[in-house]
Amino acid sequence: METLFSVRPLLAVLVSLAVVPVLVSSSGRPNVRETWTIVAGLIKFGLVASLVPGVLAGHEFGITLFSFAPGADIALRVDGLGLAFALVASFLWIVTSIYSIGYMRGLAEHSQTRFSCFFAVALSSTIGAAFSANLLTLYLFYEILSLSTYPLVTHHQDREALASGRKYLVYILGTSIGLVLPAMILTYNIAGTLEFAQSGVFGAGISQPMATVLLLVFLFGFAKAAVFPLHGWLPAAMVAPTPVSALLHAVAVVKVGAFSIVRVVTGIFGFDLLASFNLGYVIALIASVTIILGSLVALSQDELKRRLAFSTVSQLSYIVLGVGLLTPYGLVGGVLHIVMHALGKITLFFCAGAIMVATGKKHISEMDGIGKTMPWTMGAFFIGSLSIIGLPPCGGFISKWYLVLGTLQKQSFLLMTVILASSLLNAAYFLPIVYRAFFLEPKDPSLIPPSNIEPVRCVVPLVITGIGSIVLFFWPDVFIRLIEIANQ
Amino acid sequence: MLEHIAALMILAPLIAAFVVSGLAWLRTKYCLPVALAGLLGSLLASLAALNKVVSGGALSYKMASWPPPVGIELRVDLFNGLVLVAVAAVALINLAASWEFIKRELEDRKETFLALYLLFVTGLLGVTATADLFNLYVLLEITSLSGYALIALGPSPRAPLASLNYVYLGVIGASFYLLGVGYLYIMTGSLNMGDIASLLPQIWASQTVLVGFIFCLVGVWIKMAFFPMHIWLPNAYTYASMTASRVMAPLMTKVMVYVMIRLMLTVFGAEYVFGILDLSPIIVWLAVLAIVAGAVMALVQRNLAKILCYIIISEIGYMVGGAWLGNQAAMTGTILHLINDALMTFAVFLAAGNFAFKLGELRLENLREAFARMPLSGLGFILAGMSIVGVPPTCGFFSKWYLISGGLEAGQYAYVGALLLSSLINAVLFVRVAEYAYFGNLQAVHGHHGEHHEVKTDEAPPAMVACLLLVTVGLVLVGLYSGSIVSEMIQPFVLGSLI
Repeated sequence: METLFSVRPLLAVLVSLAVVPVLVSSSGRPNVRETWTIVAGLIKFGLVASLVPGVLAGHEFGITLFSFAPGADIALRVDGLGLAFALVASFLWIVTSIYSIGYMRGLAEHSQTRFSCFFAVALSSTIGAAFSANLLTLYLFYEILSLSTYPLVTHHQDREALASGRKYLVYILGTSIGLVLPAMILTYNIAGTLEFAQSGVFGAGISQPMATVLLLVFLFGFAKAAVFPLHGWLPAAMVAPTPVSALLHAVAVVKVGAFSIVRVVTGIFGFDLLASFNLGYVIALIASVTIILGSLVALSQDELKRRLAFSTVSQLSYIVLGVGLLTPYGLVGGVLHIVMHALGKITLFFCAGAIMVATGKKHISEMDGIGKTMPWTMGAFFIGSLSIIGLPPCGGFISKWYLVLGTLQKQSFLLMTVILASSLLNAAYFLPIVYRAFFLEPKDPSLIPPSNIEPVRCVVPLVITGIGSIVLFFWPDVFIRLIEIANQ
Repeated sequence: MLEHIAALMILAPLIAAFVVSGLAWLRTKYCLPVALAGLLGSLLASLAALNKVVSGGALSYKMASWPPPVGIELRVDLFNGLVLVAVAAVALINLAASWEFIKRELEDRKETFLALYLLFVTGLLGVTATADLFNLYVLLEITSLSGYALIALGPSPRAPLASLNYVYLGVIGASFYLLGVGYLYIMTGSLNMGDIASLLPQIWASQTVLVGFIFCLVGVWIKMAFFPMHIWLPNAYTYASMTASRVMAPLMTKVMVYVMIRLMLTVFGAEYVFGILDLSPIIVWLAVLAIVAGAVMALVQRNLAKILCYIIISEIGYMVGGAWLGNQAAMTGTILHLINDALMTFAVFLAAGNFAFKLGELRLENLREAFARMPLSGLGFILAGMSIVGVPPTCGFFSKWYLISGGLEAGQYAYVGALLLSSLINAVLFVRVAEYAYFGNLQAVHGHHGEHHEVKTDEAPPAMVACLLLVTVGLVLVGLYSGSIVSEMIQPFVLGSLI
């Protein structure tokens, strides 16, 4: 694969960082500030999208920024996997920015400028992580993402935020410093490079016990992927304003975690090494446990955002499971699930937020009949649910399809059963909400039609992402080709 | 002119110190510009020296043209070239940042303070540049004596006592060092580092040399606050005036680490220290103890200044351990960390000083809403904290990388574990401080949208903020360019000194 020099990846990373001073200076004028955010989002998406034709033609784009040590530079390289992730993250930032306007103003939140600034920094690090050429650069952006999302998680600055923020940092920073850092240095000492490579970096220079330990340390060290038992921070982080939960805790942050695991499995270890040591099963086992437990816990949650959070815990491990299958279809399914789950889950979070803005309600048990007053919102919620469950005509079906194909390639009926059983559980915790919303009579008088209470600036984004989910069912080709090209 | 830069860099602040003392009786308003000019002269000279060393090899200057070993030699190589730049830069930037502080804290004694400050810096630069063991002692005492006075001038009523405590231990440390040098002089008849280094191999087996080495080492350890010889440090740096602690905390201990490495690699030589002596495992364990003890003691403090002081003690453990691991990666990491730690300790003390300027004493409760009141100082504080924790792209990450890598290579897993543990504890410490500074008075539940009272920004004076931001930008740049710093400056020295 040919690597072409290009500054576009760097610009795509920096554009949201560069907009921060502008946001600060326009803090007194909310409309100007929001316009700048959206302009930056459009430029960012444009830059990322402009890389697609080249990558589809078989090139990679790269730039080395600073050399630290041989094989451990601070460098960006765009391949299919990273581009697929960056594409969806940068697109959803635009949508979320529009949604944030409706949500933050609707609830009269304080310190909105601070909020937009850290959001922009978080997006820079997300794209940086997607485009990282090696583990060192990935670690750099991973850490900046952790720190820049802390003020977002704790935005309300009350006791609950304090406790959740502390939990967030303990899990995320504790594991990255305590586990990933030493594992990364050990990897470098053994392999002499951290550069992601198709066949891994170790060659024959690593023993099975060492490989097992390193793999486990990486798997748990990237706690943003919320692999059991390191998932506890995710539901706690739901104290954040909903746009944060939507973009960061359904798309950017958690997906950076899952993506890091994908990178380590494909680029540091390589499928062949893991297969020869039979370590794919270790990954699959941990992922399966998380999938089933996450879904089961989600069943019992009454607070909508918490239910969504546990659903995310479970869905993230689909990605880990996909890559852990160590088969081509598994990889496609796993990485595709980053994209599909992103659109589905962000829709669901947008809906939860819209309900909160319109009615102040957070609990599912209070939402009887809400579909009659908020038809667009709950319609989109239905679409999002279908996508997560993995039913046509929604994108989630495609990724689950590939995941099941992956299990067949691996000839593991047990893992296939895990995927299918979890889909049933997904249906069991999502569809009753839709049923309540549309088929039960409202208990609360404020929800009785014809009152139209849907906040427009919240509804437009969630309709867009809902439609996006359907579009991706019919046209997933770009993403599939990006992933397949990366794996050739 | 250019051949005299090594001397000029030390003479500039010395001359400035005399001029300031004189001007204090005549025209006080010229004191600060003269002092700044003296320090700027040092910085420029040290940069020129480093530049020359990188391109043309070590620089040797014979004081008054007396040839060594009889005369005093100043010698700048890649190692102390870097340290000299760091010392001069920190001293200059700190003075530029602190004038408002000096005026407030020291009122009519500010000229005295300036003269002492300049003498302190003169001593540090001299200790770093000299190639003569006895001259090093003399300059060390110039530094220490002016340091005792600087601390005693502090605004807190506890400052004189803290200074006295430091005097006792400092004198003991200096005596140990002097005794060690005496033993070496008895054995070799020389005081010049290079000369002694060439004479020592014939008498490596001598017990006197061993005792001399140990005495020097212990003396230096007391001066660098190596646990458990640290007890003078926290009070001294907490109760001194902010300007004094902002220059002493980053520089004094680090220059002493420099002296230790200089003794190990240049005077006694790696072959003696790591080959003939078998002290490495014990000292690395002492370092592990220092790292953990410093971190744990920092955890129980409720005052930001004290927390930072114990972090310094922990960091000293990093460097002593790294120097004694005895492999290339660890030595590289130690030297890089020496520079980085000077910068990041400086940055964090600058930020703490800004807080102190507006919020008073640095008890954690006083820091409530500090970030909202002082967003730029807060940003600087966070960046400095990231560097101390070891988050890329700040410089602290890259030196920690080498130290951990060296620890793994040497198989000293306790050292690696201690390093990681202390990084985690540092993270806890900075998050704790940040929680105070970020959250205001906490409400139980977030029920009152829009009722958050807006805090008015009230930043420290522009000079203080600008200097802080300059240094934090430096933290990131040094981090990003650490690859070049290592390959062009540190590794050539380490490769030349280790076997």
